[in-house]
Amino acid sequence: MTTNPLTTKSWSPYVVGAAIGVLSWFAFATADKPLGITTAFENTAALIEKAAIPNHEQINTYYEVKAQEGKSPTIDWEWMLVLGVFIGAFLSATLSGDRGSASVPALWRWRFGGSAVKRCVAAFLGGSLLMLGARLAQGCTSGHGISGALQLAVSSWVFVVVIFVVATAVAFMLYGKEGGQHV
Amino acid sequence: MFDPPAKLALGLFTGVLFGILLQKGRAAKFHVILGQFLLRDWTVVKIMGTAVAVGAIGVYLLAGLGLASLHIKPFLIGGVILGGALFGCGMAILGYCPGTSVAACGEGSRDAMVGVVGMLAGALAYVALYPGLQPIMESLGDWGEITLPDLFAGTSPWFWIAILVGAGTLLLLINTVKASGPRPANSGIHKEPADVNDSRNSADGRNRRAFVPDR
Repeated sequence: MTTNPLTTKSWSPYVVGAAIGVLSWFAFATADKPLGITTAFENTAALIEKAAIPNHEQINTYYEVKAQEGKSPTIDWEWMLVLGVFIGAFLSATLSGDRGSASVPALWRWRFGGSAVKRCVAAFLGGSLLMLGARLAQGCTSGHGISGALQLAVSSWVFVVVIFVVATAVAFMLYGKEGGQHV
Repeated sequence: MFDPPAKLALGLFTGVLFGILLQKGRAAKFHVILGQFLLRDWTVVKIMGTAVAVGAIGVYLLAGLGLASLHIKPFLIGGVILGGALFGCGMAILGYCPGTSVAACGEGSRDAMVGVVGMLAGALAYVALYPGLQPIMESLGDWGEITLPDLFAGTSPWFWIAILVGAGTLLLLINTVKASGPRPANSGIHKEPADVNDSRNSADGRNRRAFVPDR
């Protein structure tokens, strides 16, 4: 290969997918963990609330239930995985000159205008909904969509079908058929 | 409160690789995620499908050899369906999923940074409201840590993996043939983002075919 793969802006999705598959073998073999993102957010939230609210551990049954499951919130492998994703994406984007600082994506601008405040309010609400959903279902596109689906878990396949159907419906409600011409 | 340092370092290392892959796969981009849900850009399905098929082979092999154990998430029907619906809404609005929004922060997207703050707010709400949410998650039943081979008793996991790999290979072949047709496919190594909708460069087809035998 004549060019450094890290300085190219993108790789074939099949190569990326296969590499993520192999990375999940690595995670299972070395850390006994599936790749997942949102448990770390839950643990962070639980630690913040424990520190900020007096008697929270006594008032909220969450801590007792998690302790019984042997899943008391910690800064763990998965927490570092999330930090690593940030660093890895930063390196990859920097090396390939693919970093930006946009706050309003082009498709959003076409449909909802260029207001950064409007976009940020929607991003905040979208992020909150997304995380609440992920914790209710106990997984996200990584934990269920990739790690759970590859283990042939029924919960994960149901989750993936539900999110694709709902997200497709919401995307067409937001952007309509013409939206596809702006992606 | 902390895992041992070696395990933390291992997590960081795995995460860096995951972040590079998500960024190179263009999965950390709003227009790629929305392009998927508007059924115009199949990058997300290609990445996830390949990851699942390749991942399943290795993880079931490792588990069969006793080198890894499975971690199946329980099928709490209320939680999975309500959670999936909220997640789908949130993902279509935000335009990133949890992993890719963290990657998009690394890429510099400001809206993803706000999205991550929103995600932390969602997690805070989940923990705070947990006593009320738990019965909702367990409503409609709890099928436990069930897999497709458990559900269809008597089927081997390899039967399901064969279906996954077979379906994936078939779609890949169809797509390779179609790539020479009029409708562009978004894959291959591109030097410029503007090339996204241009499948007629030779590198595209060559790379894709080159990886068929690997699967």
